[in-house]
Amino acid sequence: MLNLSLGPILWFWSRQTVFEFYARAAEWPVDTVYLGEVVCSRRRELKPDDWLGLARDLKGCGKNVVLSTLTLIESDADLRRLRRFCEQGEFMVEANDQSAVQVAIRNGLPFVTGPSMNIYNVATLKLLARQGLQGWSLPVELGRETLGHLLQGLEREGLALPAEVFAWGFLPLAWSSRCFTARHYNLPKDNCQFRCIEHPDGLELRSRESQELFRINGISTLSGARYDLMRQLPLMADTGVSTVRLSPEHQGMEEVVHRFDQVRRGEMPAVDPLQLVEAPPCNGYWYGQPGMAQVME
Amino acid sequence: MELVCPAGSLPALKTAVDNGANAVYFGFRDSTNARQFAGLNFNEQRAAEGIEYARLRGVRVFCAINTYPQPDGWAHWKGAVDRAAGLGVDAIILADMGLLDYAANRYPHIPRHLSVQGSATSHEALSFYKDNFDIRRAVLPRVLSLDQVSGVAARSPVELEVFAFGSLCIMAEGRCYLSSYLTDESPNTRGACSPAKAVRWQETPQGLESRLNDVLIDRYGPGESAGYPTLCKGRFEVEGSVYHAIEEPVSLNTLDLLPELAALGIRAVKIEGRQRSPAYIAEVARTWRHALDNLAEGADHFTVEPQWQKSLAGLSEGGLTTLGAYHRKWK
Repeated sequence: MLNLSLGPILWFWSRQTVFEFYARAAEWPVDTVYLGEVVCSRRRELKPDDWLGLARDLKGCGKNVVLSTLTLIESDADLRRLRRFCEQGEFMVEANDQSAVQVAIRNGLPFVTGPSMNIYNVATLKLLARQGLQGWSLPVELGRETLGHLLQGLEREGLALPAEVFAWGFLPLAWSSRCFTARHYNLPKDNCQFRCIEHPDGLELRSRESQELFRINGISTLSGARYDLMRQLPLMADTGVSTVRLSPEHQGMEEVVHRFDQVRRGEMPAVDPLQLVEAPPCNGYWYGQPGMAQVME
Repeated sequence: MELVCPAGSLPALKTAVDNGANAVYFGFRDSTNARQFAGLNFNEQRAAEGIEYARLRGVRVFCAINTYPQPDGWAHWKGAVDRAAGLGVDAIILADMGLLDYAANRYPHIPRHLSVQGSATSHEALSFYKDNFDIRRAVLPRVLSLDQVSGVAARSPVELEVFAFGSLCIMAEGRCYLSSYLTDESPNTRGACSPAKAVRWQETPQGLESRLNDVLIDRYGPGESAGYPTLCKGRFEVEGSVYHAIEEPVSLNTLDLLPELAALGIRAVKIEGRQRSPAYIAEVARTWRHALDNLAEGADHFTVEPQWQKSLAGLSEGGLTTLGAYHRKWK
């Protein structure tokens, strides 16, 4: 059966919101939970020790816990926090850039890679497998055809590297040194007043024709439409995907998890609409089309 | 410091060589490089001519193979590395880890440069590429501030090249999927950002509109100058206000920082713009040659001549230049 994972929280939520979210998630039918701040180094509602404490609690609840690293490493302070995560030796690390891969390799720590690591071919997987790679995520812009080729290639090479697919949520698409939330409020990044916390699911960026294009979230830009591959789960299971990733949202997440859980067990979920933040659906990347497209399934 | 100039065509290559480039970089005529434009780039014969022209004048030639091959393109991308090796280029500029591995094992004698698309922003990331592929040089992403460049340079295991002038990518390069989200092509997959095939211009009662795969990127009123609809430089609406929510149409220009970059030990400055005309290349190369020659006479005496800034501003997007992320306030 496919595993379900809860990706790292991409938004800036208060300390209390984060703890409450994971207290609930401990009861949900997800197998793996990714913990840590992956977007902005200024977001420090939880300190590294808080994340580690949370990791131990969730492990105690039977979850497989992975610590996720910052996607864009820019300073020595970022590297220090990275080392803190990569030198603990207790939990697997999700490396989100080559800095994290390097530090994990040096510490002999097994690691997996997140969707922002550019893994586009089998040669890359072979190389990382020699260095301790234990699993990998498909980059969000790649679809089922390339995934199929990658999985076939791994099989030919006799490499057992579990593959994870980002299957639900707003797609993380870009990272910058500029903070777009601070820019929106005419604040310097160094004194951003942590305005992201007011937008638990980002700031909507629309075209002048009101088309939902992107979601601004600090230094990161996410898709304006919500990626949803729920109907593709049977195909993913057949192709050899190990895990599907659901990206946390602050509303309706429990229902989303339960639906994916039903589908992976071969049951058809109810068709009632979910109480979610309003956004159009998309699945284009999966079909080799523009990511924002919605292909009828 | 070495001046590295773009060559999107043989005339552009010759112009760059004639106007003071120390090295030029080119790509093949397909999606193996990050400037895939119709009618641009080199076949093998033109590349051989270009290399000969540059060699005779003491200028080095780098070949960019800096997109990310998927399994069905692997043989083709590998073939591009083989072709570059066969041509005897002075270095291959690569981003993909699999392709770097191939080049390092198959052609260990040909220097490998890490492309900006490799997205290495720390000395740890650079060490990863050095340890695994023995890269000689890395091009740093345009997202680092001067302080951060300084931090990376102090502990870098390889020589560094930084962007000096041209279009400004404001996202960490190599990890920006915005273009494939709106169209079906990205820099990583096809070597294209906001591809021309998806662009549509339309005169409407509200003004001139630029669209990318039907998405309205910008609308220009009378008297406003219109620019190419690179998707991150459009005007969008956030909480009711319409503005350049991501970035203005503006070019990067780091002339002012040259002495500092030199003091950090930066080995080369890179000019962006393989899609630009030979006339553009001539003026940019000449200006930067003057500046670097002036710098070579002593950093204490270095001054940016108003004429240099004027000619560069005239070649910039929207006539505007910025220090970009090098300057903390930009962020």
